[in-house]
Amino acid sequence: MKLHSSLTLISMAVVVLLLSACTATVTPASPPSPQLQPAATEFRVGMVVVGPENDKGWNEAHVSGAKYVMEKMPNVKFDIVDKVNPGDRPNVKGAQVADDLIARGAKLVIFNSDDFKDDALEIAKKHPDVMVVHVSGDYAWPEGKNYKNQPNLINYMVKMEPGWMIAGCAAALETKAGRIGTVGPLINEETRRYAVASYLGARYCWEKYRQRDPKDLQFKVTWIGFWFNIPGVTLDPTKVADDFYNGGFDVVMNAIDTPEAAVQARKAADAGKAVKYHHYDHPSGCELSADLCIGVHSYNWGLGYLNIIKQVMESGKVSNNWIWAEADWKNWNNPDSSALLYTKGKALSDENSKLLDQFIAGLGDGSIDLWKGPLNFQDGTPFLKEGERATDVQIWYMPQLLEGMEGQSVPTN
Amino acid sequence: MAATSQPSHAAAPSAAVLPLSLVYRVGALVAALAFVGLLILVVGESPLSVLGALISGAFGTADQLGRVVNTLTVLLLCAAGLVFTFNAGLYNLGIEGQITVGAIATTLVLRLLGEALPAPLVIASGIGFGLLGGMGWGLLAGVLKVYGRVSEIFAGLGLNFVAQGLAIYLIFGPWKRPGVASTSGTEPFPESLWLGTFGRTEATPVGVVLALAALALTIVVMRRTYFGLRLRAVGLNLRAAHVLGIPATRQLLAAFALCGALAGVGGALQVVGNFHRLIPTISGGLGFLGLLVVMLVNFNPWFVLPVALFFSALNVGSLQLPLVLRNVDSTLSGVIQGTLVLSALIGRGLDQRRSRA
Repeated sequence: MKLHSSLTLISMAVVVLLLSACTATVTPASPPSPQLQPAATEFRVGMVVVGPENDKGWNEAHVSGAKYVMEKMPNVKFDIVDKVNPGDRPNVKGAQVADDLIARGAKLVIFNSDDFKDDALEIAKKHPDVMVVHVSGDYAWPEGKNYKNQPNLINYMVKMEPGWMIAGCAAALETKAGRIGTVGPLINEETRRYAVASYLGARYCWEKYRQRDPKDLQFKVTWIGFWFNIPGVTLDPTKVADDFYNGGFDVVMNAIDTPEAAVQARKAADAGKAVKYHHYDHPSGCELSADLCIGVHSYNWGLGYLNIIKQVMESGKVSNNWIWAEADWKNWNNPDSSALLYTKGKALSDENSKLLDQFIAGLGDGSIDLWKGPLNFQDGTPFLKEGERATDVQIWYMPQLLEGMEGQSVPTN
Repeated sequence: MAATSQPSHAAAPSAAVLPLSLVYRVGALVAALAFVGLLILVVGESPLSVLGALISGAFGTADQLGRVVNTLTVLLLCAAGLVFTFNAGLYNLGIEGQITVGAIATTLVLRLLGEALPAPLVIASGIGFGLLGGMGWGLLAGVLKVYGRVSEIFAGLGLNFVAQGLAIYLIFGPWKRPGVASTSGTEPFPESLWLGTFGRTEATPVGVVLALAALALTIVVMRRTYFGLRLRAVGLNLRAAHVLGIPATRQLLAAFALCGALAGVGGALQVVGNFHRLIPTISGGLGFLGLLVVMLVNFNPWFVLPVALFFSALNVGSLQLPLVLRNVDSTLSGVIQGTLVLSALIGRGLDQRRSRA
């Protein structure tokens, strides 16, 4: 009986351990930081990263930005903690990680996700002598709806809307079926404005270059619920991508941080389907299924980080706490001057590549302005009247998808 | 009735076999530590560096110490509750769901009463409803076990999924942030509805008092009351207890209710003292960790505090590992915890087998 009880207990312990392990992954994470105490000349930066640092997407792009800064300024050292999310690190908050980074000597802390907005504000209040950069938030925008007067809080974001327009255009040029699917993250203002921008780009190129009726273009967004898969919590992006490919969508745009659209495109192509994908976030995303990749629009975080860190090192503050960095249209794709980069993939035909260049040139010189009315929201109400141009506030706080788009505009359940 | 476990302290070993018994148990512990050390060496790090990082990560700053205390409070509440169910011969794997439902109940109260009543009253009501929510969810597992003849293991796991599903539904649905559906949780509560802390740390005096009181109460009930004696009798042999006139069904349901109530308070503290909002994974795995703690101490409430403190420190300190070391991630803490528990159980099993021989 006692032996039986012990065996039962051991079995139970194994079960509990397995259940506990369901919420954790084991991968080595961050760049080495062998010294506990920073050298006197070092400027230490802490970075709280929401997802895995090697996701060939959003998170890897930030880590690449850190490496760019360290190349340009050898006396700057980054401490990076990745996978700071409830799935990978249960019971750990971004603010707690930031506290640890500051305890290790960080004078500036970067939070790389919109989901850290509460943590960023909490840390900025708690450590007024530390500059806090929150990527993609709006607390530091005086004209924004959620402004908080917190002098050491900086919001930095790249104006990616033109990148999404280019992506949408490329997708529309390459789709044979006239059906574009998007694997979307959660629903918020940022993701809505990106979806809207990609639709505007797709609709323009479908109509202008392919001479087709916009009504014949199907543009659908399926939101999974977060920036990457959290089993049991989000929709599975692998399944969402498969549903698109199996449902006749021949081009799928990835709008989440991880590359399921690319991986499943390879499987669909191997099964005989003529499909392509468009990647997002990091240039290496096209390497996953190179012959099927139309292109990738990516963030060049290093440039902005370098600028902010230089200012903070020199004066302890920045000239502007709200930064919405733009592409360098005159020096297109220069990593030392443009916050937005675009890499064409092998699946973009030569003919379409030329058309895309025209489109990019038009966006750059202002001859193509897709934020002009008339535009209606998805529910038919007017967004912009004839000739009216959207303001930054209107774009940033996009309340709905647009007429002609399929997918959920607002969380309704 | 599923096979019940017998705490080894129920059958006290004789003085003659004690040294050998210790050899088995300490030997298993040493083997576990050797295994973890070897694992660390294999990935190219020094066990001493890992130990140093864990200690500095847990106790290096006031913030970290506060976090250890905050984790400890919830862990103690869960472990105290599990002492009741384990002693009743029950494997309450549904404790994660009981924490979650407690947190949901607390969130509900804070949302409803947040601006209508003074903040201390709202917080107290929130904790009270957290207790009731967890108790109700625990009782549900008990009812399924007693009247539905559903194993408490499967009932608990099923109810965990339901509780988390409910939390996700609320976060994405009725309680979503304005215009946003995100797993980051509901809108944070105003600071007036946060529990006060020790200085600028996250440790809450209220949480500490509640957790220590729960543990003390558990020790008293299990060691000094007729209820505790009957609970242990039920755990040792349900049928015999019933034949001897102990109301076994009531005892089982009471164990579930007590465990759920304490877990529910833990869930409430996660809302008002830690996250200050409801998130999908509000339990943070602390219920499962509590199971490991109680199994490691062989259901003996006297040893819950030191082991829970050790696990809390391990949990918090492990965050330092990826910062300090190249090849070790914070998830090593899970490996250490699991190895220790398994080794303790194996050591006990071997000892019991030797005793029978």
